[in-house]
Amino acid sequence: MSKKKESPEINASSLADIAFLLLIFFLVATTMSTDTGLARMLPPILPNTNDDVPPIKERNVFQVNINYKNQLLVRGEWCEIGQLKERAKEFIANPKDAADLPEKTETEIPLIGNYMVSKGVISLQNDRGSQYNAYLQVQNELQAAYNELRDELAKTKFHHPYADCSDEEQDAIKKIYPQRISEAEPKDYKKK
Amino acid sequence: MAKFGKRKRSSQQKINTSSLPDIVFMLLFFFMVSTTMKEVTMMVKIQSPEASEVTKLEQKSLVSYIYVGLPLNTKKYGSEPRIQLNDSYATVDDIENYIIQERDNMKESDRPKMTVSIKADYDVQMGTITDIKQALRKAQALKISYSARKAVK
Repeated sequence: MSKKKESPEINASSLADIAFLLLIFFLVATTMSTDTGLARMLPPILPNTNDDVPPIKERNVFQVNINYKNQLLVRGEWCEIGQLKERAKEFIANPKDAADLPEKTETEIPLIGNYMVSKGVISLQNDRGSQYNAYLQVQNELQAAYNELRDELAKTKFHHPYADCSDEEQDAIKKIYPQRISEAEPKDYKKK
Repeated sequence: MAKFGKRKRSSQQKINTSSLPDIVFMLLFFFMVSTTMKEVTMMVKIQSPEASEVTKLEQKSLVSYIYVGLPLNTKKYGSEPRIQLNDSYATVDDIENYIIQERDNMKESDRPKMTVSIKADYDVQMGTITDIKQALRKAQALKISYSARKAVK
């Protein structure tokens, strides 16, 4: 075959139109926002083992109650939501080894060595009438307390924030500050 | 536009648009990959509460949703908070079956990683949420997430 001119080109100008059409469809149909939230584990339902449960010492429990007016009661004292994080942090870490704050046991932690790990448990109880938002704010403050403590520890031990730690480092820190937020069986205060 | 073959020597040269489809296709593929279609039509009104410590829920295929809020059509369905599963209103008793069904639809290896996201309106009373939580415990779906928006500081 002898070429007289250049080989004829396929008209590709409509390709752009088709692609644009598809693009616009996906643009409209897209929901980009990934779901965010506070992750929690629910306790499994235990068969009646009420008598076997070992009692937890009072000093190891950080009791938070929310009433139907969304007010907080922290360890028997009335508390504002703004103070909750500091109190929770003080409770979990117990820096001065106070007698009314949780006990500590020496535990060997990989990468860090022996460390005094506190036995504190946060127990959260709410009324059926309390607002979901109030409950979530409390959960959020408690989460913030844990996150800040973990971050501080990561900075002193590994010299970078918790988010930049490797998996092993994060595991070590999680062993020192395990997230123990227990949700008690619900109570209905109004009916009583 | 019509004559490709003859190239005139003129002061106004045409811009070569042959790479435009490539660019558009690249964008198209990006959106195709990142798109997740809206799964359900919302029948309850949800204004998510805000929180600062939220984490992202990864792998949407592992997440089942429970919606709680006031019905959109309050005249027809009343002004009490309702639970929505998939595309219909439900009661707390339906949750257990819903979870079992959702779990059956998953791959066997993914089942332990199943997460239930509770998307509730900020003004819902905790009684409803507590009932849902008890139902989830019964259904052995223990990994949950309280859906919240990231608070803007």
